[in-house]
Amino acid sequence: MVFLDFEKPVEELNKELEKLKEVASKSKVDLSKSVTELEEKIQDKIVELYSNLTPWQRVQVSRHPERPYTLAYIDHVSNKSFIELHGDRTVADDKAMVGGWGEIDGQTVMFIGQQKGINTKMRQIRRFGMANPEGYRKALRLMKMAEKFNKPIVTFIDTPGAYPGLEAEERGQGEAIAKNLLEMVQLKVPVICIIIGEGASGGALGIGIGDKVLMLENTWYSVISPESCSSILWRSWNFKERAAEALKLTAEDMSKHGLIDGIIKEPVGGAHRDPQATFETVKQEIKKHLNDLSKISAEERINQRIEKFGAMGVVHELD
Amino acid sequence: MGWFKRLKEGITTSTTDKKETPEGLWYKCPSCKKIHTAQDHHANKHVCLDCNYHERIGSKEYFEIIFDNNQFTELHENLVSGDPLEFEDTKKYTSRLTESIKKSGLKDALRSAYGKVNDQDLVVCCMDFGFIGGSMGSVVGEKIARSIDFCIKTKTPLLIISKSGGARMMEAAFSLMQMAKTSAKLSQLAQNKIPYISLLTDPTTGGVTASYAMLGDMNIAEPGSLIGFAGPRVVKETIGKDLPKGFQTAEFVLEHGFLDKIVPRTELKEKLGSLLKMLKN
Ligand SMILES: [Zn+2]
Repeated sequence: MVFLDFEKPVEELNKELEKLKEVASKSKVDLSKSVTELEEKIQDKIVELYSNLTPWQRVQVSRHPERPYTLAYIDHVSNKSFIELHGDRTVADDKAMVGGWGEIDGQTVMFIGQQKGINTKMRQIRRFGMANPEGYRKALRLMKMAEKFNKPIVTFIDTPGAYPGLEAEERGQGEAIAKNLLEMVQLKVPVICIIIGEGASGGALGIGIGDKVLMLENTWYSVISPESCSSILWRSWNFKERAAEALKLTAEDMSKHGLIDGIIKEPVGGAHRDPQATFETVKQEIKKHLNDLSKISAEERINQRIEKFGAMGVVHELD
Repeated sequence: MGWFKRLKEGITTSTTDKKETPEGLWYKCPSCKKIHTAQDHHANKHVCLDCNYHERIGSKEYFEIIFDNNQFTELHENLVSGDPLEFEDTKKYTSRLTESIKKSGLKDALRSAYGKVNDQDLVVCCMDFGFIGGSMGSVVGEKIARSIDFCIKTKTPLLIISKSGGARMMEAAFSLMQMAKTSAKLSQLAQNKIPYISLLTDPTTGGVTASYAMLGDMNIAEPGSLIGFAGPRVVKETIGKDLPKGFQTAEFVLEHGFLDKIVPRTELKEKLGSLLKMLKN
């Protein structure tokens, strides 16, 4: 278990617990009562810490190295029925964006999402979940196929942003994202988008236009990362905590401002402390929303999508 | 403004030495340094008579260049931004807005108007870089959205002139969602088969490029404009070496297939008029 800096007290208690267990096994003295007590203490501490996370701490949890990524969600939600499909049919297969068919309790779904690497080598190959234009174009190709066969779409968003590389610019990163926004608005099938980690900027939004946009409890979604925001507005990297607060990037803030449609609770201590429970919650949320959305006509869904995003923004009219 | 200027310096042609010397009688080109009378420069649509450098201009100048006899009706001119996040960095967003309004004489980074272009009806949404770096906030999105409603109602084609550093950070996710909002409205315009021409000018980057700027039925650009998604500084940091010459210029973007045409500002009105006429007949 990797502990975040604010989890120091838990880490200390955890060390104590391990020592205690070691002593218990060596001395053959029954220390089970103390072990249980300490375990309870640890749990209480986690509850305490996580009941009061700052926005920056949420950002940290969203990036926890043991946090589950898109393919793990898809595998569990689809009960391992997932068949991955590759390529944008033009340039390449972008490993930072994955997608394909899967079943949720008998319902065929097109799954799409940014994928971060699970080890050093894969992190490079998957460009830390930063998709190239061909990634967005693959996503669109799969979404149009889902529409053709009248299957709903579920996207998992987890990206520090679209890849800012030279070739990405040559191949029209801006156009690729823009096209997705335009096309997703008009998709005739239900679309559910779930932010499972980082939702940074246009790179996240590029697969983020849905009938229901949901955020897991310990994720963030904004126009820029707190670090970059700090460096631009404060002209220093040292104001990331303040930037995280100012950006109002937490699920709670995003919901309060009407920019997302719901929050999915995580297990105490974050998704990585109990991935199975998280997957199950996410699965139930998807089923619930797909069921609700299936009762509305395609035309009505599209109109509601346009109305929802069309209403976002706060302006005043001067007299 | 300061933060944006700083970001821009050293990336494109420096505009810091641009001056209208004395009392606006002379124009010194920041690119070739030649001097022309302000009158000649103005008559040439603010394009350098020697080197074709396109000076950054605002909605006032574009409206004058595009609309017949500079006659137009402004739409939704009284919209100003709210501050839903009560955003504060080194300064309160509300103070930033007040200062920008006072300094620029504008209410936000986009103005919308309708009028005639060589006798053809057109709605023009034009961004103003002079207002917080032409950044896209709620007012920019709302004016585009309402202008599209107007276009649909009156069956009038739309031109959006982009000139922007991208998102307005002080509106955070609200700014991000303007990408979704404008794209949603443009999809409605498309469903109604009303032409949309996007004009990309220097600079067009970030969320503006990744939404309406790249969604024209026809995407046209002014020569030499910086056009990209990621800023050149960020790309340079990513690849860890210097950027090739001409990277992210309009000419580069045309060559890679994302623009229909580069149109010098001196020919803009004529080309717009012809396109609109052809689409109508
Ligand atoms: Zn010149």
